[in-house]
Formats: sequence, structure tokens, C-alpha cells
Amino acid sequence: MPRIVVDVMPKPEILDPQGKAIAGALPRIGLTGFAAVRQGKRFELTVDGEITEQILEQARHAATTLLSNPVIEDVTRVEVIEEDAP
Amino acid sequence: MTSTSIETPLIGDLQAVTDDDGPLATVRVGVVTFPGSLDDRDAMRAVRLAGGSAVQLWHGDHDLQEVDAVIIPGGFSYGDYLRAGAISRFAPLMEQITHAASGGANALPVLGICNGFQILTEAHLLPGSMIKNEHLHFLCRDQRLRVENADTHWTGEYWAGEEVVIPLKNQDGQFVADNRTLDELEGEGRVVFRYVDENPNGSRRNIAGISNAAGNVVGLMPHPEHAVEAGFGPDSSARGDVGLRGGTDGLGIFTSVLRKLVG
Repeated sequence: MPRIVVDVMPKPEILDPQGKAIAGALPRIGLTGFAAVRQGKRFELTVDGEITEQILEQARHAATTLLSNPVIEDVTRVEVIEEDAP
Repeated sequence: MTSTSIETPLIGDLQAVTDDDGPLATVRVGVVTFPGSLDDRDAMRAVRLAGGSAVQLWHGDHDLQEVDAVIIPGGFSYGDYLRAGAISRFAPLMEQITHAASGGANALPVLGICNGFQILTEAHLLPGSMIKNEHLHFLCRDQRLRVENADTHWTGEYWAGEEVVIPLKNQDGQFVADNRTLDELEGEGRVVFRYVDENPNGSRRNIAGISNAAGNVVGLMPHPEHAVEAGFGPDSSARGDVGLRGGTDGLGIFTSVLRKLVG
């Protein structure tokens, strides 16, 4: 079934304590190539049937009202994915 | 210093500590229970200890039961899924509360404690938001605060600059907002509580609690309802030595709204 993917990231100016902790852990497993980590969220909204513009609009609305908090987060993607991930 | 002279009340020995048990008892303060609320009973007990009448409200109801004020208690409503307070904000009763709290001078007084504060920011009744503590740990401690604004519906029993000690216990307690919002809050005197001595979670400008412009909606991360009863409070008070579990500095929050509503 087709899905709509919504990505939400902490705003650039907001300190991301979880990302910082992950960045601190990477060198401990020998991975030293990364300067910083930011942790976001990915939502998959499954649609029963065809994804119409109306449903996509509902997804955008969900993204900005429930799935993210505009004070601390940005919606960085609302996109249809047709195929199941391999 | 523990002293044998300090009397520890019996568990369940519930008695209002205010003198005037007449008019205050007519004030009905609703406490909302969500799935995952933890401190709803404690908040109701605090209301009764302050001399008021506590009314239990259920998040899924549409009826505010004509309460005179509302407390949104602490806990982990909906398990903090998505974001703390994000799902509770859309509860049917929250729509009623948001509407009633936005009505200007005679608007419904609303207090959000910890998760309740998070719910109030998600509902846009208060600005800003809470993110994970800077140090990422769950923190539980007796916290010293300064009451910065004693003119809100919930702080009239204190004086501006007065310090209190009440418990703080959370993981998502770091108050954040953009600088313009922070300047606005400071400029309008809407920073109600500030952390004293050290900032426990990285909150911007040491902010522990804020209010809306009218002062009827207040939110704070620490838990005043856990500092209302000798024998069950913090081991310290900003008012001096109180002995083991003797701190009751939080009671003023609850007497404040009762007196405001009868006054």
C-alpha cells in the first residue's frame, strides 16, 4: 500500500541533546569521521487506496499540527513513496 | 538536622491548613486525569489541604462540571509518545479548557504542573516548549526557586522575590523558546518562577515557570503539590529549618487561586 513519509527535525537553533549524546558515543565504537549528529523523526502514513491531493494535504496538515511542534521542530519532508523499501 | 520535636502527621490525616474553611471550600478546582497521569491524586489532595474542593475530571469528557479553576497534573500522559503533551493536547476536555482559559479577565484559571506545563505549551496556551534535559538524565531533587511574579492567579500568596523549595522530577524539563519570545516573557513579567543557585536542566534564562498575558494560565516544571503537607514534603524550606519531609512551600500556589477566586 502506498505511504506518505513525513520527516521532522529539531530546529537548527535548538540544541539537540540526544544527537549530542550519539555524537559522543560514535568515537567510542571507533567511528571518528563525524563532526555532529542531529536526531529527527520519520513517520510513515499508510493510505488504503490511491493517494489524492486531498490526502496529501491532510498529511501536510498532520505534519504541522500533530507530528511536529513548530516551536522546536521543522517538517523537512512530506513525500509519497510508492514502492516498499527493498 | 533532624529533631524529635517535629511532629509527623498520621498518613491520611487530611486537614485543611487554612483558617477560613468557609468561603474557600466553595471553590471547585478540577484536576484532569489523562491515561498516564501520575500526580492527579496528589494535586487533588493539595487543593483540599489548601481548603478548596477538588473535582476529578476525565480527559475524554466534554464537560468541565462548572469548576472554578483547573489543574493539569504531572505524569507521562500517553507515555510521552511523540512529544510530551502532544497527544493529550487534543483530548476533548482540553478543547473546553483552552476555550475557557482564553476568555480575558474572567477567564478560567489553569495551572499546568510538569507534564501539565508541557500540555499547555502544546495547546499554545503558553509559549515555548520543553526538550530533553541538557544532561539527558531523569532528575529528581528538591529545587530552590524564586517567585518572580506574585500577581498571577496562582502566586498571589507569595511576594515577588520570595524563594521556595519544591520537588523537581522530570526528563524533558529544558524550557526553550526563541529569543524574541524570551524577551517578551521577561518584558511583560511573565517569567513566574526561576531556578535559583544552579540551572538543573539547561532551561533558557533559568526559567522554571511562566504565565500567559492575563496571568490566569501558569505552567511550571517543579511540583508544588509535593510540598504541601508536613511529613511528606522536601527536607528543606526557603523559610528556614523544617526537619525531615517538613517542607510545605508549595501550598501557597493552591491557596493563591482559592483566595483569588473568593476575593
